[in-house]
Amino acid sequence: MNPALEIRDSQRDRRIFVTRAWILFALAMLAFGGLVLRMVQLQVWDHDKYRTRSERNRIQLEPIAPPRGLIFDRQGTLLASNRPVFSLNVVRERADDLDQLLLDLSEILELSEEDVQSFRDRARRSGRPFAPILLRQSLNEEELARLAIHRHRLPGIEISTELLRHYPLGAGFAHALGAMGRLDEKDAERLDAVNYSATRYIGKRGVERVYESSLHGVVGHRQVEVDAHGRVRQVLELEPALAGQNLTLHLDVRVQQAAAAALGDRRGAVVALDPHTGGILALVSHPGYDPNPFITGISSRDYQALIADRNRPMFNRAISGRYAPGSTFKPFVGLAGLALGATTWDRRMLDNGAFRLPGQSRVFRDWSWTRGNSGGQGMVDLRRAIYRSSNVYFYDLASRMDIDRWSTFAAQFGFGRRLAIDIPEAGVGLLPDRVWKRGARGEPWYPGDSVNMGIGQGNLLVTPLQLATAVMVIANRGKVLRPRLLLSSDRPLMEFDPPPPLPDIAGVTPSDWESLVDAMEDVVHRGNLGGGQSGTAFPYIGQGIGYRMAGKSGTAQVVEIRQNETYDERELNEYQRKHAWFVGFAPADQPEIVLAVLVENGGGGSAVAAPVVRQVIDAYLQPSLVAR
Amino acid sequence: MAGQDFVRSLPGGVATGPAAWLKRIHLDPLLLLALLILMSVGLVVLYSAADRSITMVENQASRFGIGILALVIAAQLPLRYYLVWAPVGYLAGVALLVLVLVIGDTAKGAQRWIDLPGLPRFQPSEVMKVLVPMMVAWYLFDRPMPPRLVDLGVALVIIGVPAALVLVQPDLGTSILVAGSGFAVILLAGLSWRWIGGAVAALVLAVPLLWTFVMHDYQKRRVLTLFDPESDPLGAGWNIIQSTTAIGSGGMYGKGMFAGTQSHLHFLPEGHTDFIIAVVGEEFGLVGVAVLLLIYTAIIARGLQLAAQAQHAFQRLLAGALTITFFVYVFVNIGMVSGLLPVVGVPLPLVSYGGTSAITLLGSFGIIMAARSQRSR
Repeated sequence: MNPALEIRDSQRDRRIFVTRAWILFALAMLAFGGLVLRMVQLQVWDHDKYRTRSERNRIQLEPIAPPRGLIFDRQGTLLASNRPVFSLNVVRERADDLDQLLLDLSEILELSEEDVQSFRDRARRSGRPFAPILLRQSLNEEELARLAIHRHRLPGIEISTELLRHYPLGAGFAHALGAMGRLDEKDAERLDAVNYSATRYIGKRGVERVYESSLHGVVGHRQVEVDAHGRVRQVLELEPALAGQNLTLHLDVRVQQAAAAALGDRRGAVVALDPHTGGILALVSHPGYDPNPFITGISSRDYQALIADRNRPMFNRAISGRYAPGSTFKPFVGLAGLALGATTWDRRMLDNGAFRLPGQSRVFRDWSWTRGNSGGQGMVDLRRAIYRSSNVYFYDLASRMDIDRWSTFAAQFGFGRRLAIDIPEAGVGLLPDRVWKRGARGEPWYPGDSVNMGIGQGNLLVTPLQLATAVMVIANRGKVLRPRLLLSSDRPLMEFDPPPPLPDIAGVTPSDWESLVDAMEDVVHRGNLGGGQSGTAFPYIGQGIGYRMAGKSGTAQVVEIRQNETYDERELNEYQRKHAWFVGFAPADQPEIVLAVLVENGGGGSAVAAPVVRQVIDAYLQPSLVAR
Repeated sequence: MAGQDFVRSLPGGVATGPAAWLKRIHLDPLLLLALLILMSVGLVVLYSAADRSITMVENQASRFGIGILALVIAAQLPLRYYLVWAPVGYLAGVALLVLVLVIGDTAKGAQRWIDLPGLPRFQPSEVMKVLVPMMVAWYLFDRPMPPRLVDLGVALVIIGVPAALVLVQPDLGTSILVAGSGFAVILLAGLSWRWIGGAVAALVLAVPLLWTFVMHDYQKRRVLTLFDPESDPLGAGWNIIQSTTAIGSGGMYGKGMFAGTQSHLHFLPEGHTDFIIAVVGEEFGLVGVAVLLLIYTAIIARGLQLAAQAQHAFQRLLAGALTITFFVYVFVNIGMVSGLLPVVGVPLPLVSYGGTSAITLLGSFGIIMAARSQRSR
């Protein structure tokens, strides 16, 4: 090192350094000033924005689903409840190896391809990190226990609990109560987004749908502090959910179960009404289906099986099935004849088993006609025509009534209309008139159409609920009530204003009603008087009966029988056999219950459907008798 | 008294008391005080940022202890020692950088760590932040100043080789600091302003080339998300969104110690390491950040002052460059956390949790103190 060089340069070097150091220090201070300015921007000028953002980060508003209102029958039996369902969720970010985890899980519990596929779909759609994603719903207790044992080596799994709808009585009430379904996009458009923010299932059919907003309740909220991993650190605020309203229905478990038992495994429907209120005591459609798997997750195979079943278990025959009423329509034809002046109780005519319209060759036959025996009920008046179910009498009466006036009269009973208050799915059937015939068929109304309608055949179609409603009018001697399911609720319901009461049937005198009820009592009770004298149902239900029942049988054709063709039950396919009807109410003087029973392809109404009516009424009026 | 004679014979004169005693062992009381205050503040902030983990505070304190030891030792080393060992250390450092690329441990997608048997795991690139300016100063101190073109060229090679080796690890942040520490020496040596202007212009022109050919995708992403963090709120933008949110939500006086929701609920990533200034901003507010910047300013001012007082050109250049490097640390760190600069992975000196950087930083302050105190003999 050269000392001379150092001495020579040292003063100048130092000056240069000091200048540079000052400049760099000034630049550094400028830079720090810039940092401070940035801090002022963040912490003073934009403070509110970032404070809000940090609060939004840490505070989450979690909606709490309200427990759905319970549904009871009139005796207080629970028909629809809620039960906890446990689901397996996976937080992807916490799993070490997602594929391995899924593999491990599939060894512990059953995981279908479907489960895994929809899990992956949900995972793709989920935007939030650390969001639990549903893998398997409704774990059973054994699966829960197995998961608990293996939990420590399955990082990333979470078990969540949710209250879901449960129908303790299962298949027996599916058609009476309706159904729940997953809340879909279309529902979301129509529903209040806030109130339904925690709700996954809503009422899709029946009572569950009609009273959805009351059953649903009010959503609650939980304000929680969460960390960046989505874990809840503390609950800051809690606004509990308001449970949905409990509903009590007119349904009576005893009646419903008696009806189901009486139908056995036959296809059919039973509707029972309380004539005091119009309340629906039983609404059975057979076969039914278990609604519970639809909520906890039905496999597509089971669902396809239900859809493909030829007996159509998902079809609600009681309110949507359209059938010809057959002879059960005769009392209403008689009433129309009285009201329109086409007949009287005293008018008598000869029923020789066949009826021809003037100038026409076509023969309309009595039900008792067989090859080689013209049948017929002999001399008949309206009463006998009813308890013997004379076809010829009603052919004749129908042919003498103007169809439009007759149709208007029949509409008062609810034919061709929807009178039910809280069953929007109820069908309206078909009550034909000239306008309908012209519009639907492009044809005029022929006299033959009236003749067919006189025995409840032809174009006329009714649902079991409609027929029961009409029979209830007879039971109430002309007073028309709307059928309804709801009996009472905790608080007034917001769903609807009850529609105005309906007017009584016009043109029928009180004595007409009594005579009609007498005639219908004869159907059941008139017996032991020799051949051709008993009521049509007497042989099947008229013996040993402890109360007075008014009723009417009916047998509705499914396939049209051509002229001179023999109808042979055995030759016909099961699904082409006649439908059996029986309608009735009891006690006849002061009715407590009204019934309409349909047995699809059952055959004769008196033989097949009447015993069902008898069993149900027995169960309702004489519980002690049934208990024994 | 014999003792008094001894005192008088030492540099620093006749004063007594703790300050005098410190000076006797070549330590600057003012700079040491400022550093101790900074470390104390750092430990307090770390205690909160690390969720009251006393273990981490203890770890950090023990590193500070080692660092202070390094500081004291570095201050004692005479000038000739540095002059002899500067090129050796530099070459050894470059060799280690090459070694890292061959056998280094990979962490977070970059090879930075070296794990030699018998030695603690460390990052050679950290040490280069001291060795590069030392080598540049060693080369320039006995040459004419301002440096001639040829000397400048040699200096750029001295800087460029290790900076490039660090860059390919890849570790952009450290590479910038390594290069910055070397350039600081050149600047302080009196490089003409014309050259500086030219260099800045060249850098601006080089940016597109760097962007296209040198930078990794993850580095590009960091730069892009700086300008629009919302474009990738769950990925690369997450860090910036969360750190600016933490700072901004702190406001003027902060949310209070332990009350920072962004950090304690883990929204803020790396809250106890690179992003610790966000914790300061969130819990102690603008006031807290300003106080910290004041401490840094005091340290930088004192460092430059000590450098200016150094007798020997080598010492002056080295001490000045190390102080400037310290400033660059602070600026780049706070700049990136507050969303002004891309996230490049530079710790906040003596506050962020981390070993190698704390020890080398304190060691470099020992060199700064030695600059004024150690005379060339």
